[in-house]
Amino acid sequence: MSGQETSKQPARPRSSSLIIALTAISMTSGLLVVLAFQLTLPRINLNKQRALERAVFTVLPESTVRKNYYLDTDGLTLLPDDSFAQANVYAGYNDQGTFTGMAIEGSARGYQDIVKVLYGYSFENQSIVGMTVLQSSETPGLGDKVETDPEFLANFIQLDARLNDASSALANPIVTVKRGKKIHPWQIDGISGATVTSKAIGAALRDSAGQMLPLLVKYESSLERTIPISKGHE
Amino acid sequence: MVNDPRLPEPLSWDTFQQGLWKENPVFVMLLGLCPVLAVTNNAMNALAMGLATTFVLICSGVLVSLLRKVIPKQVRIASYIIIIATFVTIVDYAIQAISLDLYKALGAFIQLIVVNCIILGRAEAYASKNTIVNASVNALGMGVGFTFALLCLGGVREVFGSGSLFGFSLFAPSFQPWSIFVLPPGGFFVLAFWLFLFSVIKERRKAAAQLKQEAGNAS
Repeated sequence: MSGQETSKQPARPRSSSLIIALTAISMTSGLLVVLAFQLTLPRINLNKQRALERAVFTVLPESTVRKNYYLDTDGLTLLPDDSFAQANVYAGYNDQGTFTGMAIEGSARGYQDIVKVLYGYSFENQSIVGMTVLQSSETPGLGDKVETDPEFLANFIQLDARLNDASSALANPIVTVKRGKKIHPWQIDGISGATVTSKAIGAALRDSAGQMLPLLVKYESSLERTIPISKGHE
Repeated sequence: MVNDPRLPEPLSWDTFQQGLWKENPVFVMLLGLCPVLAVTNNAMNALAMGLATTFVLICSGVLVSLLRKVIPKQVRIASYIIIIATFVTIVDYAIQAISLDLYKALGAFIQLIVVNCIILGRAEAYASKNTIVNASVNALGMGVGFTFALLCLGGVREVFGSGSLFGFSLFAPSFQPWSIFVLPPGGFFVLAFWLFLFSVIKERRKAAAQLKQEAGNAS
């Protein structure tokens, strides 16, 4: 091919041929990417939904069914079951279809990056009944203990999150204290070696609960207290 | 006999084996060290990263080799990058579809396969000059070599840093893991250890071969 005239400089190809080659390659690659995207999209969505569902059922231990809601200062809206990506709060229901609690997202700055958590709030005893970390890039072996340390997670089995009399803010702001220094039900026993991260989780809960719970109480009427459970409902 | 690197080389066992040992991308050529250090905090991540890279290596190798007579010389690097990026994107989607936890653990390093010099190096230095079969065999060798190297690091770091291998606990619960091994400094220590081991073996082999030759000459 091009080896016939090795002594001379090979002729410069016209720029049109270069453009055509690049365009053809880019188009083929675009086609392949779109194809891969289309083929994997249902699976990816299913995975995301499963991961979220797992998180919701972890923080609301009694629930088996989840409903998506969107909560802001304008009110509480029920979203269709498959639009979980737009939701910011999730209602949990047990086998009988009775409301068990609300799963709410919160986030705060950790040691490395933003730590995103999901926590379950029970109206009945006005407390947080579970917490799980949705997203964190904390130091392995130190900061990521907040996801596994059983003593730390025990803080969130019943963490007081009562509102004040006017239902405008938390009666006692949630706060992380040093390990072993917890005396009030709204305090979180921190982890030594993961101080920054456990404080971040405390802050995430305090900020999110302080903002979301008053709204939730205000718009409680638009929440479905019971939902029909059909046999074979997923 | 020295092979002319401009000519396509015949398919041989060496085509595959090159990447495994003699030109191991990590232990010999010291390429792609960024993912090697970053995602080898456990064996599972190491294996997944190795397989993803191998897939991209093979697919881009095949396509580059297939198009080697069509791509004009002036735009070859751009074309290779587009081809590599395509397969990296496909791998990215595939991993999300397989497991979100794995995807989270590997983080940005999946996308960063695009700039992994092993892959562009193979495309430029080998696939663009050889037949499809040779290119894919060579890419497979390189991929296996890379995966092997990642597993070497990931295995050691997980055993010492978390007391497990592929998630299975190896020691009694009283075992206190050495967290330093799963942290970035541990990556450097373990890499240094493996590089040391490999160069010692290489030197020994060289010395043994020399000794043999001298003995052969003397007799």
